Amino acid sequence: MAVRENILKRIRDANRAASTPTAEEREIVQSRLRARARGTLPGMNWELAPRFTERCLAMLSSVDEIGSVEQAPAAIARYLDSLQLPMRAVCWPEFAQLDWAGAGIDMQARPAQGDDKVGVTGTFCAIAETGTLMLLSGEDWHATTSLLPDTHIAIVHASRILRAMEDGWDLLRKEHEGLPRQVNFVSGPSRTADIEMTLVMGAHGPFRVHVLIVRD
Amino acid sequence: MQVTSQQFKQAAVRKLADPNLQKALSGMKGRLATARARAVLELDNFEQIRSEAAQIRDHGLAHMDLYLEQWERNAKAAGTIVHWAESHEQVNRIVLEIAKKHAVRKIIKSKSMLGEETGLNDYLARGGVDVRETDLGEYIIQQAGDHPSHIIAPAVHKSKDEIADLFAEKHQRPRLNDITALTHEAREILRPHFLDADMGITGANFLIAETGSTLIVTNEGNGRMTTTMPRVHVAVAGIEKILPTLQDLSQILRLLARSATGQSVSNYLSVTTGPKRAGDKDGPEEFHVVVVDIGRSRVLGSELREALRCIRCGACMNHCPVYQNIGGHAYGWVYPGPIGSVLTPAYVGIENAIDLPNAATMCNQCGVVCPVKIPLPDLMRKLREKQVEKNLRPTGERLGLRIWTWAALHPRVYSLLTRIAARAGRLMGGRERLLHRLPLGGSGWTSGRDLPAPRGRTFREIYAARGRGTTR
Repeated sequence: MAVRENILKRIRDANRAASTPTAEEREIVQSRLRARARGTLPGMNWELAPRFTERCLAMLSSVDEIGSVEQAPAAIARYLDSLQLPMRAVCWPEFAQLDWAGAGIDMQARPAQGDDKVGVTGTFCAIAETGTLMLLSGEDWHATTSLLPDTHIAIVHASRILRAMEDGWDLLRKEHEGLPRQVNFVSGPSRTADIEMTLVMGAHGPFRVHVLIVRD
Repeated sequence: MQVTSQQFKQAAVRKLADPNLQKALSGMKGRLATARARAVLELDNFEQIRSEAAQIRDHGLAHMDLYLEQWERNAKAAGTIVHWAESHEQVNRIVLEIAKKHAVRKIIKSKSMLGEETGLNDYLARGGVDVRETDLGEYIIQQAGDHPSHIIAPAVHKSKDEIADLFAEKHQRPRLNDITALTHEAREILRPHFLDADMGITGANFLIAETGSTLIVTNEGNGRMTTTMPRVHVAVAGIEKILPTLQDLSQILRLLARSATGQSVSNYLSVTTGPKRAGDKDGPEEFHVVVVDIGRSRVLGSELREALRCIRCGACMNHCPVYQNIGGHAYGWVYPGPIGSVLTPAYVGIENAIDLPNAATMCNQCGVVCPVKIPLPDLMRKLREKQVEKNLRPTGERLGLRIWTWAALHPRVYSLLTRIAARAGRLMGGRERLLHRLPLGGSGWTSGRDLPAPRGRTFREIYAARGRGTTR
């Protein structure tokens, strides 16, 4: 504990503050934490859904649209077939009941392992400003499903496309008590440019991110 | 990491003559600067956001202790185990003890500049733990037994051919000749380590007081792997990384990737709050954060305080004419480029990095592009002043300035000396009217260029003559 106290004391000394925080100081800090004021957002003169699609494509995700979640298996089968990817996948439990077999997909509702090739997840919400998926970790929202497989397919409800990351935090506070272990913002496939600044997809995470927007 | 900044001049000369490095640097030149310029145009209020980001950082620094306490309360409430450290040895020992307690044999690491400062990898290796860097650039560096030369592109000084040779030797596989194939080979080699490592180590881009969270930003996904797959996760974070709220974070993230690589957003932003929750199928059982003050509070109380705003984007080095020509290694410690020229003397001692604040053209490109408005040239100038105050400048320079001061305070002597110099210079300049070599301290200036020779009369002579000639 001595180290902690030393550090905090050195900070106060460096800031030329009184040795114990004043009520006024505490109020400055607490009011900022309570207010959670937003910064000035950049201009956003665009429609949510088209902007989201445009930014997804810019981040090198691919995008498809369906009318209802029930159409997901057929749409995903088409996608996998078009890239000659294996018709075998893992998904979050919320999609276990869809008719995967009918679409020719061997689907298992379990966390992904290192050799799974395709992972299907939902999304907490999506961010139009940057073409980003906001994923929460949780009992039925396995973090590995969007991470380990070569291909990540994310189902996004159009009604949950928000403008900015700030809106994502507000929605999270509204619908959940506190933060989950991890909130992951995913914008397109894994990439690196660490060798001669040449962009290569699929560094450690997925090579492909396919976004399936459900119009609702 | 050992500090070799005192050999800056010799190192810079070697780097200028290194054909491999020069080739690598010329491949990089301007590319990140162009990408950044394009990316900031996506925001119609970039300068406004930049000002707000600087204010957010300053506010966090001004109330750092209270925000850290708030962060700690929230982190502990979420089950995070918080440690505090104030020396390299303490940081390294805390991490090794966590590894020992959990009988860890293998650690996967997502890059940490603070870990570079403390020499964490070597310490853990000496403690008998296998540590694997997983960021591709850091992995290359580790395999080569080298050091990072850029904070976001650690292996930018290495050519594809060097990496191909390195991988062929280390991986014991046929030599590859293609960057995509090399990248995917590293992926294949590292994947099993992600799956069976016992512990993950990361840095932290930020600590968020409001929620007690840590943030990791990566493009590769190694940050997600490192924070999700092993049973223990340790993050090391400097005290200056504190941000008040998630809203503040959201605003600053509009600048980070744009300033760093020219991306609108990095591929993966992971906000971590505590270990695995009841029912979770993945995530570590234990999550530790080591909060570190090595030199930070000292800088906070100094005239270099603004340097602590740094969000580690690397824009200053991507725009620096010095960095662009000598690369990062010559700077001799963890942080190269303009921010390194300030942080290195600030953290390791002004007397151990004399040349760094002087290795600048003062063009202020770094100040212009810094997303949090760190006045880097001003801070370098303050360090130069400190060097003079502390009598750290070389004897010859000090003596020369003393002589000049004396002469300048004696106008007759000054006038005589300058008249002699102006006339001698004219003679020495000959028909070309150029001086090829200056004596004493001037020799460095003329080693790469000529000085136009004086025309025989001093400014004061000309001024005086003109004064007599005008009627005004």
